[in-house]
Amino acid sequence: MPVTGTGRTSRIIRWIDYRLPFVAMMEHELHEYPTPRNLNYWWNFGSLAGIVLVIMIVSGIVLAMHYTPESTMAFDSVERIMRDVNYGWLLRYIHMNGASMFFVIVYIHIFRGLYYGSYKYPRELLWMLGVVILLLMMATAFMGYVLPWGQMSYWGATVITNLFSAIPIFGQKIVTLLWGGFTVANPTLNRFFSLHYLLPFVIVAVVGLHLVALHQHGSNNPLGIDHHGPQDSIPFHPYYTIKDLFGLTVFLLIFSVFVFFLPNALGDPQNYIPANPLQTPPDIVPEWYFLPFYAILRSMTFNVLGIPSKLIGVTLMFSSLLLLFVLPWLDTSRVRSATFRPIYKKIFWLLVIDVFALGYVGAHPPAGSIVIVGQIATFYYFFHFLILIPLVGKIERPRPLPTSIGAAVLGPSAATAAGND
Amino acid sequence: MSDVAQSQVSHGHDGETRRDFLTLTATALGVVGAACAIWPFIDSLNPAKDTLALSTTDVDLSPVQVGQRLTVAWQGKPVFIDHRPEAEIKAAQDVDVASLRDPQTDAQRVQKPEWLIVVGVCTHLGCIPLGQKQGDDRGPFGGWFCPCHGSVYDTSARIRQGPAPANLTVPPYKFTSDTAITIG
Repeated sequence: MPVTGTGRTSRIIRWIDYRLPFVAMMEHELHEYPTPRNLNYWWNFGSLAGIVLVIMIVSGIVLAMHYTPESTMAFDSVERIMRDVNYGWLLRYIHMNGASMFFVIVYIHIFRGLYYGSYKYPRELLWMLGVVILLLMMATAFMGYVLPWGQMSYWGATVITNLFSAIPIFGQKIVTLLWGGFTVANPTLNRFFSLHYLLPFVIVAVVGLHLVALHQHGSNNPLGIDHHGPQDSIPFHPYYTIKDLFGLTVFLLIFSVFVFFLPNALGDPQNYIPANPLQTPPDIVPEWYFLPFYAILRSMTFNVLGIPSKLIGVTLMFSSLLLLFVLPWLDTSRVRSATFRPIYKKIFWLLVIDVFALGYVGAHPPAGSIVIVGQIATFYYFFHFLILIPLVGKIERPRPLPTSIGAAVLGPSAATAAGND
Repeated sequence: MSDVAQSQVSHGHDGETRRDFLTLTATALGVVGAACAIWPFIDSLNPAKDTLALSTTDVDLSPVQVGQRLTVAWQGKPVFIDHRPEAEIKAAQDVDVASLRDPQTDAQRVQKPEWLIVVGVCTHLGCIPLGQKQGDDRGPFGGWFCPCHGSVYDTSARIRQGPAPANLTVPPYKFTSDTAITIG
């Protein structure tokens, strides 16, 4: 819709738009952009993740103005932020808890996609870009956690970088390269700080691609059927901008509870002890958002066919994420929404339980029944994606799909009448 | 559902004012909230508590001979301390104040005539004027000379020539004894 009107403002906008079509693009992508009229609150988490990314970048940039990436000064500079910098405690707690919030939101966003089949044709690349964002987030969060240079920072960095030592032949060379020395030390801290500052902007770029891919075919919806015409959709603005804004308000309330009342609830008290390269803490636990993957890593306690358990564990952990890239082709069902897939709906919830079980296992010392539960849960995770997903698509009989979104939402009679805004 | 669709297209007079009112108040509250949220980010850039704690400097003046000039750091800035000889004091006092760009008598700029204490930052664009060291160019008035853009200060550190708009600033200081001061 071109900008009309004869006033001075619209003349200026037209002049700019003719040369740089910014307003026209926003108009096209926000106002005209047809959005399914039946999106539920699970669709809030995409825009919410984008907003949290902005909060993380802004608070991170300001924190970087006060932080010193040097191994003898890093810990003290963080304590200086907490005690001496004006509102430094607030900035750091926003950034710390913001990371946790970011993962909560993105995990919900991913499970939303799994439940409603948002990864299926024609949104495979949209999904894969999302997985890229997840991997970048994990790398960024890991390196950010190293920066305060506490005990968990140091030993977390040691353990995670040592994952690469499982690579045959070149393993130790690669680890030395990552460290820039023979242990995690000042060179490691310097490069982690550099990358921790860089990667969020790479995430922003991939989010841009994610949005381009999204707007190509539009949002999926709870019914998982394509929209065919105006009776199925409403403009994104103002309907979903206001809904997203409401969701944002609720989120900010929850976020504030953590920032102001439970700022260290999601962290590990060990990280308030300065890094000591000569002593490992008694219990190394990653941040909560890595626990399920940590459980998969630890699940391999035996060699298979002469392959060392260490290599298999590392491979399984990375595979558990990389598997998501091929999910669109593992799923043999063309029906998107679990609403119409009785068997898939059940195994979806089993997967949710399985991931929580993995998280529980990851949080506890690997001894006794925890090991067995971890192995079963790891097995089921891969069984779900590699066996159940392809199989269920073949044997399941989906329930009949509605003829259109409009018909399902408004009733058959209203489906043709409504849709004019 | 069709009721909702109905109300969206009706533009009754009462509905219009109510919506306008809600939009305005919600936007106003949002702006106030955003401003409150942004303030901590901006204020964090102000000097931190440990920086503010370093805002005074103690100086022992007893080793400074007549005619010697000493530079000390106060809040990271150079402070010029000049133990002025009689000739310099007299030169500073004999100036016709009305002819100055930034009119101040010498008495207004010192607590004890033999001790001139000023911040050694040129009021033009922040360079440090020459004149503290032996052999420095002190300019035609025997005070200080800024090499950046040629501002000339006299023996009371008042601006006499060049682009600078004001005299060198006198920092807050007090004599804690006859031969010691606290700046700040």
